Amino acid sequence: MKRPKEIKKTGNSSEERNERSRALMQGRRRFLKNSSLSAIQLAIGAHLLNGSSSLNLNQHAQLKSLLSQIEGKHPGMRVLNDRPINAETPAHLLKDLVTPADLFFVRNNGLVPTNINADTWKLTIDGEAVSRTKTYALQELKTRFENVRYQITLECGGNGRQEFNPPAKGNQWTVGAVGCAEWTGVRLRDVLEDVGIKNNAVYIGYHGADLHLSGDPNKEVISRGVPIEKAMEPETIIAWAMNGEDLPVLNGYPLRLVIGGYPASCSGKWLTGISVRDRIHDGSKMGGQSYRVPCKPVAPGSKVADEDMCIIEQMPVKSLITYPKTGATIKLGDTLPIKGHAWAGERNVQTMALSIDFGKTWQPCNLTKAVNKFAWQHFEGKLKFPDKGYYEVWAKATDDKGESQPMLLPGWNPRGYLNNACHRIAVKVI
Amino acid sequence: MSNKPKQDKDTLIDIEFYRSIGLLITAVSVILISIIIFFFYIAFKDDIEFHEARAAQNKQAIVLEEDDFDKVENGIHVATGLAYDDNFQVVRSACVTCHSAQLIIQNRATKEGWLEIIRWMQATQGLADLGDKEPQILDYLAKHYAPKETGRRPNLDMASIEWYTLSLD
Repeated sequence: MKRPKEIKKTGNSSEERNERSRALMQGRRRFLKNSSLSAIQLAIGAHLLNGSSSLNLNQHAQLKSLLSQIEGKHPGMRVLNDRPINAETPAHLLKDLVTPADLFFVRNNGLVPTNINADTWKLTIDGEAVSRTKTYALQELKTRFENVRYQITLECGGNGRQEFNPPAKGNQWTVGAVGCAEWTGVRLRDVLEDVGIKNNAVYIGYHGADLHLSGDPNKEVISRGVPIEKAMEPETIIAWAMNGEDLPVLNGYPLRLVIGGYPASCSGKWLTGISVRDRIHDGSKMGGQSYRVPCKPVAPGSKVADEDMCIIEQMPVKSLITYPKTGATIKLGDTLPIKGHAWAGERNVQTMALSIDFGKTWQPCNLTKAVNKFAWQHFEGKLKFPDKGYYEVWAKATDDKGESQPMLLPGWNPRGYLNNACHRIAVKVI
Repeated sequence: MSNKPKQDKDTLIDIEFYRSIGLLITAVSVILISIIIFFFYIAFKDDIEFHEARAAQNKQAIVLEEDDFDKVENGIHVATGLAYDDNFQVVRSACVTCHSAQLIIQNRATKEGWLEIIRWMQATQGLADLGDKEPQILDYLAKHYAPKETGRRPNLDMASIEWYTLSLD
């Protein structure tokens, strides 16, 4: 179900872009402060595109500092792409139990909407499988339905893409397209029940207010979704707050879906609509090869026809070492504390193990229980090193169905999704 | 004759009067100009600070002005970060008009792989037919952004690790 854009977008003509680019080049700092986020994206984009700048190291730093000043993101974020803006969080900055808003990764397929007005924001529920189309004002959602708070881990389906061989095209995420924040919202289930769902419901698909990179308002940037059973889970929520504050604009302000355990692309941002479908949702980035992997395993580098690709649902078990930062030099005899998080799609992480000898031996470590379903769990271990030299600390999580993280890359797939290989850090003992 | 001194005196008064007026005008002008400059300073203060901050950031004298539009260092076109060779300009005008050069630099593919990416952009992203420029573009991409054989798992990138001392006392 395609839906025409109702939100007016500005700043997408090339003249405007060029003008903004010039303005930025001349250092019109005020311009940045005063103009909308989308204009800034365009300005940065055009600035780079015009060839006046790009992401060599110096300018990378500059772009990063612009991002941090403009959008409330931490300057340590690694910017992968400027148009659309995509940024991941280095592992050591993910040390908080609950990821702060400024450290939550940014994955955009299009341009951030402009002219966002939370007071007039509306959410429309429609589709073949609703009894009637119904529209709610944001305020109505907040007051009419039970408010819930959950810590939910969101991870980009392409997190870890950078390691695949042969390489997959797209943003080359390393390990940091993941975060676990505390989200406040209402259950999608409560809203759908209020609207009335018919028994032919199969899938939901979301609609957002972001703008296609081409500037064409009739093209939906991304409109993905989940099976109706997943949509009706108690932890599937329509959220307006992250860690008790309004959502950051880059993370979907003023309203978004938050659906744990599935690729984060299912958790639509700048949410304006949900269609309850009588078939698998066929919105933008649902078909073709997007967010799909081969239904049957394939050899690396294989060409796979679209009809042999299956939609990714549950994300695999995974973990991340967040302390210490890779590159630690310690003294022989020191005990090195190791900390991090582990998560497992819709499952629980059962055990967590560490190795300093490339998997020859594994040492178990402490693992907390999740505060609620889909929240990541935290691990802590202590390591002693037998001698001076170069070591790597590898971390391996195992879920409650006995599945573990592989040490090598898991099944190659054309778009480079679902890399849950063990995370590792380098340590020198002197 | 008796008028002359008076005339002189009048002239003198006139001259003094005009001199005062002149001084006054000069003074007022100076004040006005100062005020204008002051307002300009306030208005562009952020710009000035931004420039200063940026200058400090770019100590290696990478100035983002028109002069550097075509600057090449160590085989890299500084402004875009792309590899520089005879096909560079074609690639720049075909690719970097629509998306960040970073999308090229981050990615690796064979000639066939890059062609697929071009076809995908043509099918879904509105890229036009590249005509006789296509072979040049493909040669460029396959030469500079070819895949590296990394096996089933690459080593940690030693060059990117920043070693630091971790005190655990």
